Amino acid sequence: MITWPNFLSQLFNGAALGALLALISSGLTIIYGTLGVLNLAHGAMFMLGGYAGYAVYAATGSFLLAVVGGSAALVVVGALLELVVIRRFYGRPPEDQMLVTFGIGIVVVELVRLGFGSLALTVPPPAAIAGVTPLGFIIYPTYRIAVLAIAAVVLAVLYVVLYRTRLGMIVRAGIEDSVMVNMLGINVYRVFMLVFGIGAMAAGFAGIINAPVVALTPDMGDAVLVETFVVVVIGGVGSFPGAIIGGLIAGEILSLTAMVDPSYAQVMLFVVMTLVLILRPQGLLGQQGRA
Amino acid sequence: MPRRKMILPVLLTALGLILGRFLLPWLQVAPDTANQVLVWGMFGIGFDLLFGYTGLLSFGQSAFFGTGGFIAAWLLTNDVMGSVLAALLIGTIGAAAAGVLVGLIALRRTGIYFAMITVAIAETFFFVENSPLSAWTGGENGLPGVPAPVFRLGSLVWKVGTGWSMYAFLAGCFFVAMVLAMRIVRSPVGAILTAIRDNPLRARAVGHAVGHYKLAAFVVAAAYAGFAGGLLGVLQGFMPPDAFTFDTSGQLVMQTVIGGSATLFGPLLGAAVWLSLRDFLQAGMGLGGAWKLVLGLVFVLLVCFLRRGLIGGLESLFARRGKAAPDEAAAIDLAAPTLSSVGPSPRRRAAPRFDGPVLEAKGLTKIYGGLSANRDIDFSVNEGELRAVIGPNGAGKSTFFKMLTCEVTPSKGSIRFGGRDITGMDVARVCQLGLTKSYQVNQLFGRLTLRENLMIAALAERRGLFRLDLLRSLDRVPGLATQVEQTLGLVGLTARADLPVAELAYGEKRRLEIGLALAASPSLLLLDEPLAGMSPRERVETVQLLKNIRRGRTLIIVEHDVDVVFELAERITVLHEGRKLAEGTPAEIQRNSFVQEAYLGGVAAA
Repeated sequence: MITWPNFLSQLFNGAALGALLALISSGLTIIYGTLGVLNLAHGAMFMLGGYAGYAVYAATGSFLLAVVGGSAALVVVGALLELVVIRRFYGRPPEDQMLVTFGIGIVVVELVRLGFGSLALTVPPPAAIAGVTPLGFIIYPTYRIAVLAIAAVVLAVLYVVLYRTRLGMIVRAGIEDSVMVNMLGINVYRVFMLVFGIGAMAAGFAGIINAPVVALTPDMGDAVLVETFVVVVIGGVGSFPGAIIGGLIAGEILSLTAMVDPSYAQVMLFVVMTLVLILRPQGLLGQQGRA
Repeated sequence: MPRRKMILPVLLTALGLILGRFLLPWLQVAPDTANQVLVWGMFGIGFDLLFGYTGLLSFGQSAFFGTGGFIAAWLLTNDVMGSVLAALLIGTIGAAAAGVLVGLIALRRTGIYFAMITVAIAETFFFVENSPLSAWTGGENGLPGVPAPVFRLGSLVWKVGTGWSMYAFLAGCFFVAMVLAMRIVRSPVGAILTAIRDNPLRARAVGHAVGHYKLAAFVVAAAYAGFAGGLLGVLQGFMPPDAFTFDTSGQLVMQTVIGGSATLFGPLLGAAVWLSLRDFLQAGMGLGGAWKLVLGLVFVLLVCFLRRGLIGGLESLFARRGKAAPDEAAAIDLAAPTLSSVGPSPRRRAAPRFDGPVLEAKGLTKIYGGLSANRDIDFSVNEGELRAVIGPNGAGKSTFFKMLTCEVTPSKGSIRFGGRDITGMDVARVCQLGLTKSYQVNQLFGRLTLRENLMIAALAERRGLFRLDLLRSLDRVPGLATQVEQTLGLVGLTARADLPVAELAYGEKRRLEIGLALAASPSLLLLDEPLAGMSPRERVETVQLLKNIRRGRTLIIVEHDVDVVFELAERITVLHEGRKLAEGTPAEIQRNSFVQEAYLGGVAAA
């Protein structure tokens, strides 16, 4: 039975899920836009973020430290991956880049499985934002509202970094023409390392703040990776605003379809992706001729 | 395009499969492992055609593996059908049909988009199978009770059992699947697929309907996947729902890359390595779940350092040993002036007789954003003419040329070729009509030999836009070899014919670039800076080549070397700032004061 409160709470769920997807997808998009590499290990980065947060939480008992520590860990992991592996692949065909990141994803998942086991792990939400909040018309879990807010803030920060700082200008110039940026005397490789780190962090951060909502398993990244792909196909690869719009659209589709019949949620997502591909192949905010 | 002789590989395949029946038990390989390897190997043959040969990396093959498997299993477990082979065949057709639908969507994009879309679609198949269709597919339980086949021939009955009896059946299926794949690889379609992998832009420009061929490869791969999926159900007596998962697609990709792509046998070898390592690490070493970590690491290392996989690695090991010193004789032979002794290559048959200019463009305009690259250009060329188009850098020559070959659609204006309106037509179709160009920057098929390069172009002329002669041998294409030989002679590269393109000198590549356009037998050939970057000696040779090929053809040349232009061209068109500045004979152009001012700066007047 679909009632107004039910509908509204699903709308909220969709927004929270959408904000998370937007965050993860913006990470994928930043990496692809700057380095030209489609990171198939991105789902694994999301999962790894959750586990890194879990490890810090288990050691300190502080959720805030878990978020900070987990994010920092993912920046380091991302930067190291770029330095050791990805860097060898800039001159190679996109298929090779996909293969190697796919392999890295498997290695990361299996390492986590080795370290933490296959059983689901949970991180409780911090006491301050646990429980429920009455929103007048519906009663809604406080933490999910917080997730929505936190994701929005982080996206805003990412936006400011990309569009209002020197680093962002270099990154965006690198998207246009990395050779030229290099010739201008800017160390593109150091920027690339940082970008890969930030991209991995976006996914990892989403993984941590999602941990109190969905239990952690080593395989959780696969489904997220697929949804992220749909988001960027809808929004347009390499477009930061596209990732956000696409994320919100995908979140609402999943949530609202699930209200009617959960088994059709993913199918509906795909139907929308197909429609976009037919009507606007470059994605809603993608540019013609790119990628 | 590997060697075209098929008898030996077929015999070796049969021998290997038969020997396996006796050697593997002796090596204490479990029959179930061997059978799984065969099923995955067959699944991989189709994927190798798609990825290794055509260059399309799909992470969604599980969709077709599952579709074929569940259709066959459903037919067999619901007593709709008694014959296992018939059910397998219907499953294969179902998977191929799904391949058509998915291909039509996924192939709208290339590269990473294609990969992402295949992943998303395959996941959707999994969700559909798991929930909405669970009444038919058994949802998370799969379909148990899939029977094994029974064959009757007169009074002889062979009831396929488990273990090595199943091996015989699967090996038979694998053999047929492999022989078919070998024929596809050696067919004209197979050759064109490798060309699409190496350079889709040029494959289209020489006149192949690239989109159709990609879809064909996609559907063939789906059919192989569907057949293998059906066999999985038969082998296990149970159709598992995890056939549809992303893991299945991933495992297929990894096995193919580990074994070696574009080899057909790579997936089989990869599956053997995968499954035996799993058994060894899991049971033998007591590593439990960590086996996949080891395989993941092996995979990453192979992609980093041995991209061509185990078979590719072995091949290059043997090739390095077998390789003789560089062939100096061939290099010297090249300088021999054989160019002029060869007549023009066969003319395009279609071109109907037609009075008036071969090519006529009216009011051609191209606007990019607020910038107009070309404005209101009227241009016409007569049959047999050699026309040059000159102009300073940025005059709009390249855009102009791209509009003439239909690579770029004009914002305004029309183009008629042989009396026919070709404005906005597909590049491949225009080439089929007899108009093509050689590129300013070489557009070759990098991993093929010189001869194979020319063959790709000649095939377009021989076979038309699209033809599905999957099982015909390349040798059986009438006139193909002659046309290739003639073109080789014309561009003076006969002695180098069997070298890979990568080993050619720059000037040779440049001549091959022109040769590719020539092998498509155009009646109107556009040459975009044919002399770009050549040494003086190469220039002399190429100018001679241009003189030779103009017999029986209409040529339009964009060239910066003004001396060559004045020597060769009958008429010259001068572009300046996107407009036509002047047109006339070389003498007229030399006298034209506008041209002198805008372009020649008085040098030519001297």
